[in-house]
Amino acid sequence: MHINGRVCEGEVEPRTLMSDFIRHQAGLTGTHVGCEHGVCGACTVQLDSEPIRACLMLAVQGNGRALRTVEGLAGPDGALTALQRAFTEHHALQCGFCTSGFLMTADALLRRQASDPNPAPLTEAEVRRELAGNLCRCTGYEGIVSALLDVLGTAS
Amino acid sequence: MKPAPFAYAAAQSVDEALALLSEGGEEARPLAGGQSLVPMLNFRLARPALLVDLNPVDELAGIAVPEDQSLRIGAMTRQASLLRSAVVGRRWPLLTQAVAHVGHAATRSRGTIGGSVAHADPKAELPVALTALDARFRVRSRERGARTLAAAEFFAGPFTTALRDDELLVAIEVPAPPRHTRMAFAEYARTHGDFAVAGVAVVVAPGGHAALALLGADAVPVRAHAAERALRDGAAAPEVARLAAAGVADDHRRALISALTERALRTLSS
Repeated sequence: MHINGRVCEGEVEPRTLMSDFIRHQAGLTGTHVGCEHGVCGACTVQLDSEPIRACLMLAVQGNGRALRTVEGLAGPDGALTALQRAFTEHHALQCGFCTSGFLMTADALLRRQASDPNPAPLTEAEVRRELAGNLCRCTGYEGIVSALLDVLGTAS
Repeated sequence: MKPAPFAYAAAQSVDEALALLSEGGEEARPLAGGQSLVPMLNFRLARPALLVDLNPVDELAGIAVPEDQSLRIGAMTRQASLLRSAVVGRRWPLLTQAVAHVGHAATRSRGTIGGSVAHADPKAELPVALTALDARFRVRSRERGARTLAAAEFFAGPFTTALRDDELLVAIEVPAPPRHTRMAFAEYARTHGDFAVAGVAVVVAPGGHAALALLGADAVPVRAHAAERALRDGAAAPEVARLAAAGVADDHRRALISALTERALRTLSS
């Protein structure tokens, strides 16, 4: 499969989860594993541009597919995206464990808004609802919500 | 938190999936979107010997409106596809409203309609919405051929359906709504995207059609027949709500179903 545009090959047992393949075989440890049953959102990555839970997909199901992880967000020169910069500016993280999952969820939302010819501006309540599948136990979400609202405002 | 070992087969067609399920017997499980089955594998609550992956089976995915103007949803249609479908939003808005409550963007991208239905979680939204819409469930097996079941026949209990080990849910058929049908879905969940504590799906059409299906009243989706009769007879919303909730034993759920019925009736969309 392709991960962040790079070919990743490996032989796995059928029971190997995508989250474990990404971390242990592709060596991309930016994707974090929290609850491992689809509740916390820490392992969120993008499969063909759609956000998915990497812990709820088998690695074998990724055969021939294109995956994007948090390492694929920044440019080749390491330049952070507007979303990543907003996360630092708005103090949207403390311990950082949930951050890559939030970034991949929020990045997919931004892409969906950008591809919509007539995107309806998202209210704060709607942004909170879009982020409801990702848990953060540090920040109380305020910084994360304001970071995303900031980028949505700048982007539109 | 890792699955027990299993054999894996990626089916390329419905016939191949049916053959694999038939040969695997009760030790084989079909894998749809995996948003419920994979957590059960990770917890080792499910330990199938063989997983038959339906994801490569293109003929199982897709939303179609045949000539009779009904809706045909392939079992492997993603929840995200249903949510984005313009024709569903226009003619079956109840399904659009219900699926918006199912999980999150990162689970709807993989989760399927057939998976939600066949998993038969008593707190799931789609089975209740489909029950209100008089949906029919098309199932197939290699030995037994095809059969079509109504919701009351399909949902047999919590996490239990009429599907036999070698049978596969292939499609869900929703009849064309009469002209000027109005529909609404309302639910209460502790957090957005969580399974609902209670919910109500309402369908009303001029000329005396009314359907009201309840989530949280029983272990399977149920129709509130007395409330439907009252709705057809033009009863006021509080009376319909009282009748809808009357048979619910638990005080909290009875209060929720009553309030949600009134809310759904207020927000009926055309």
